Amino acid sequence: MARLTSAAGRRLIAGIPTGWLLLLFLVPFIIVFRISFSEVRLAIPPYTPLLTFRHGSPALELHWSAYQFLFTDPLYVSSYLYSLKVAAVSTLCCLALGYPMAYAIAHAGSATRPVLLMLIVLPFWTSFLLRVYAWIGLLKNNGVINNLLMSLGVIHHPLALLQTDFAVYIGIVYSYLPFMILPLYANLEKHDAALLEAAADLGARPARAFLRITVPQSFPGIVAGSLLVFIPAVGEYVIPTLLGRTDQLMIGRVLSDEFFENRDWPVASAVAILILLLLVVPILLFQRYQRRELEGAR
Amino acid sequence: MRERRLVPRLALVLGFAFLYGPILSMIVFSFNNSRLVTVWDAAHSPTLKWYGALLHNEQILGAAWLSIRIAVVAASVAVVLGTLAGTALARLGAFRGRLLLAGMVTAPIVMPEVITGLSLLLMFVALGQLIGWPKGVGALTITLAHITFCMAYVTVVVQSRLAGFDESLEEAAMDLGARPARVFFRITLPLILPAIVSGWLLAFTLSWDDLVITQFVAGPGSSTLPMVIFSKVRFGVTPDVNALATIMVLLVATGVAISTVWMRYRERRRARDLQLAAAANL
Repeated sequence: MARLTSAAGRRLIAGIPTGWLLLLFLVPFIIVFRISFSEVRLAIPPYTPLLTFRHGSPALELHWSAYQFLFTDPLYVSSYLYSLKVAAVSTLCCLALGYPMAYAIAHAGSATRPVLLMLIVLPFWTSFLLRVYAWIGLLKNNGVINNLLMSLGVIHHPLALLQTDFAVYIGIVYSYLPFMILPLYANLEKHDAALLEAAADLGARPARAFLRITVPQSFPGIVAGSLLVFIPAVGEYVIPTLLGRTDQLMIGRVLSDEFFENRDWPVASAVAILILLLLVVPILLFQRYQRRELEGAR
Repeated sequence: MRERRLVPRLALVLGFAFLYGPILSMIVFSFNNSRLVTVWDAAHSPTLKWYGALLHNEQILGAAWLSIRIAVVAASVAVVLGTLAGTALARLGAFRGRLLLAGMVTAPIVMPEVITGLSLLLMFVALGQLIGWPKGVGALTITLAHITFCMAYVTVVVQSRLAGFDESLEEAAMDLGARPARVFFRITLPLILPAIVSGWLLAFTLSWDDLVITQFVAGPGSSTLPMVIFSKVRFGVTPDVNALATIMVLLVATGVAISTVWMRYRERRRARDLQLAAAANL
């Protein structure tokens, strides 16, 4: 269509969405960045301006206090490390469960494959919040799992399952599993069976052929699926709030509490900037994958 | 060969049990009479009393109505913007600002929601001070925020659909003298219609479901359904939420079943048309 549309038309087609995203995606980040260098004050808005006019000439006022605060208070540092740990463990669990599932779907008959894929996607269409909520009923002290185990006589006192790391892992794996399976499936489905047959002909056992051929070939799918789970999991708010520990917060909750409870906009903004710094490499990797997927599809 | 199939099959069965078990338990306990929710009251169950309670809960009904209105507007605007962005990325070749658009459009998909929510709210506040609009936060700012993250998903769906077609049909129509607007409405739009429909449904679901970004850009008196649910379940399980979840799961399952049947029908009709065309050429 490059030659189909007039120059004005092309400018409009690309310009309208670009303008929208500039105003509602890029500019907001610049504002967050700016406010992270302010100091909190009791006014509307509750932060100091960046540019001040002294004796008629503008002066740039940069405050590092929000960042200083974050690096000296052990609460924030531990929240960061804890969030990274939770996201990493959950991503690995997702991969461990999702890879064999994606493999099974890719090797299913052509009639059952769409049904299996639909069953993977279906929970995604139902409310995320309600699916996380369902786990409260399962995991709490007088919840379904504990009641079942006690009536079977396996345990005599309820296990503390809710408000643990375990509950957060379960919640994240449960909510993000489709995001792991779909890119893995898209990759595994394209594999050429002839390679595996050749390996078998050369005497490789199935397990060896799987490890030496299938796994390396599916690497792009593994990376894409893992990034789709890891990046949002670092900043996850709902799952740790409903299922997680109360003595160790994740960084997304810290940001929200700083903003809503403490009304400290500069510190909340600085937390956001530091999460972004952490995630900028994974996000760029994901975008590269996404571009290749969408543009190599022809 | 058999040992290689056993592990994946087992994982598939376990995985589906894991995905659907919690949803099933929610449905079962929505018919439980007991206020304790997870303790089955065999003497008085099953009961529909929580469904009845739901119908009289003004707060939940009002929030659901607000959520539906926001989701319809957000999905509709997001479809227009996402179709434009998807068309630009798939059909305009290398234009100035392509990298910028491509980068901005996929970022909201993975961006942690707390960051998107915070940055949007701070932007609305700054804009309000600068030009006096928007006046405070509420349904309008929620809708604007939802449009922004929904359009990212629509763009991806439309772009991948367009990437699956080459441009020869559009070029042929052009060679026959059709003007660009006509080519778009007669050729391109029908081709990407399935992507637009699924993009709209996806956007509607995402908007209807969003909590974190909404909490940042909502104001007093503009509580959406997820916000009401969250404030209820934050301090434990409540039986009427189970009933609400069951209704939502049933609605979604029906919707997906209908769309699957419709897609099958379309595919079959297309295959028949192709056969007829081939027969006519003989």
